[in-house]
Amino acid sequence: MAEVKLFGNWGSPFSRRVEVALKLKGVEYEFIDEDVYNYKSPLLLKYNPVHKKVPVLVHNGKPICESLVILEYVDETWEKGPSLLPKDPYERALVRFWTKFLDEKCVPTLWKTCWSIGEEQEKAKEESTELLNILEGTLSDKKFFGGDSIGMVDIVANFISYWFIILQELAGLQVLTKEKFPKLGAWIDDYLNCNIIKENLPPKDKLTAYFRARFEAAAAATAK
Amino acid sequence: MEEEGVVLLEFWSSPYVMRVKIALEEKGIQFLYKEEENIFLGKSPLLLEANPIYKKVPVLIHNGKPICESHNILEYIDQVWKDKFPILPHHPYERARSRFWIDFFDKMIYDIGRRMWASKGEDQEDAKQEFLKSLKLLEEELGDKPYFGGGQFGLLDIALIPFSCRFYTYETFCKFNLEKICPNLMKWVNKCNERESVSKALPNPYKVYDFGLEVKKMLGIE
Repeated sequence: MAEVKLFGNWGSPFSRRVEVALKLKGVEYEFIDEDVYNYKSPLLLKYNPVHKKVPVLVHNGKPICESLVILEYVDETWEKGPSLLPKDPYERALVRFWTKFLDEKCVPTLWKTCWSIGEEQEKAKEESTELLNILEGTLSDKKFFGGDSIGMVDIVANFISYWFIILQELAGLQVLTKEKFPKLGAWIDDYLNCNIIKENLPPKDKLTAYFRARFEAAAAATAK
Repeated sequence: MEEEGVVLLEFWSSPYVMRVKIALEEKGIQFLYKEEENIFLGKSPLLLEANPIYKKVPVLIHNGKPICESHNILEYIDQVWKDKFPILPHHPYERARSRFWIDFFDKMIYDIGRRMWASKGEDQEDAKQEFLKSLKLLEEELGDKPYFGGGQFGLLDIALIPFSCRFYTYETFCKFNLEKICPNLMKWVNKCNERESVSKALPNPYKVYDFGLEVKKMLGIE
């Protein structure tokens, strides 16, 4: 009997991505919530000695790290259920391009926008707007990045739909609004309305409280 | 882009381009290459059209459609020309391992590589230590296998070997000797260089070093 474990964190968008993928494929798994920000468990260090981060998928005792790598692994291992990636090589290449763009450009820049101040924040806001414009263009007239239904790019874009919206509000920013980005705005509504997505999000008040505490700690540290 | 067939937008010193050349060669795929004259001075209209977001080489243009990002291109090539010399490991777990290590290396070298030749003092020393630590991890992953792919030259070998042409540059700027520090990895480098696809794709390390000096001068870095 296959044994699937997921080392993750309740609040991590990267961890939630993998949960969505596993659930889409109907894979049963054991979830181990790691409090990574405060403590790295011996098992986590054993399974991810290089990065010491979540998520880590452990399948029959073998660990797979890095959420994008895990998503592809899930897609290739459990062929039943919806495909996360298209079969066509060119379409697949596009999906890989956009997921990498999201993770290497969008997520860090959007994150930085919320946590930086002054000139650094202004610069990050400009960059974020440029990146969001690119995504807005990519969506074009599609309901989801994956077309009529969600695909890997939508799953990977989860940070933008939920985490960033909470963060930007706490930071007093309005970088991503429906007025500025109507297509992304519509995508967020449709995306968060998908059962598989809304049933696998961290609770809003818990996540808000967590980030609020971090903002307050950061402000206190700057004030000293 | 009206091109038929396979076109590779490239620049001679880019290890990311070399990855693609090696893969195309191993698969026996005929391709045209279009060299960017000098990517530091300006990018060609074709490159800007094919890769408007990153504006970087390599870009593979296959029947008029551009594919960007070297790792992405390798996976694409392997999927399209799947009957010739498979590059990706067969098993999903082995694939995941290869992808993990490419991701690890690419993120590391992007920052560390530059700091090893462009910075000085403590920053350079830190970068050097990080680089050596990373190579030792890779050497551990290699173990006593002839290739990262086991008996077969594959995805991870193709992704990593191009950077060996920069080893002389890093060793000279940062004063270390990889033969002593990572002997098994260097054996693997030599073994890969015996393959025609690799020896054709990789430039002479001294040429790479001289180019490094030129770029430093051009950028005003001492």
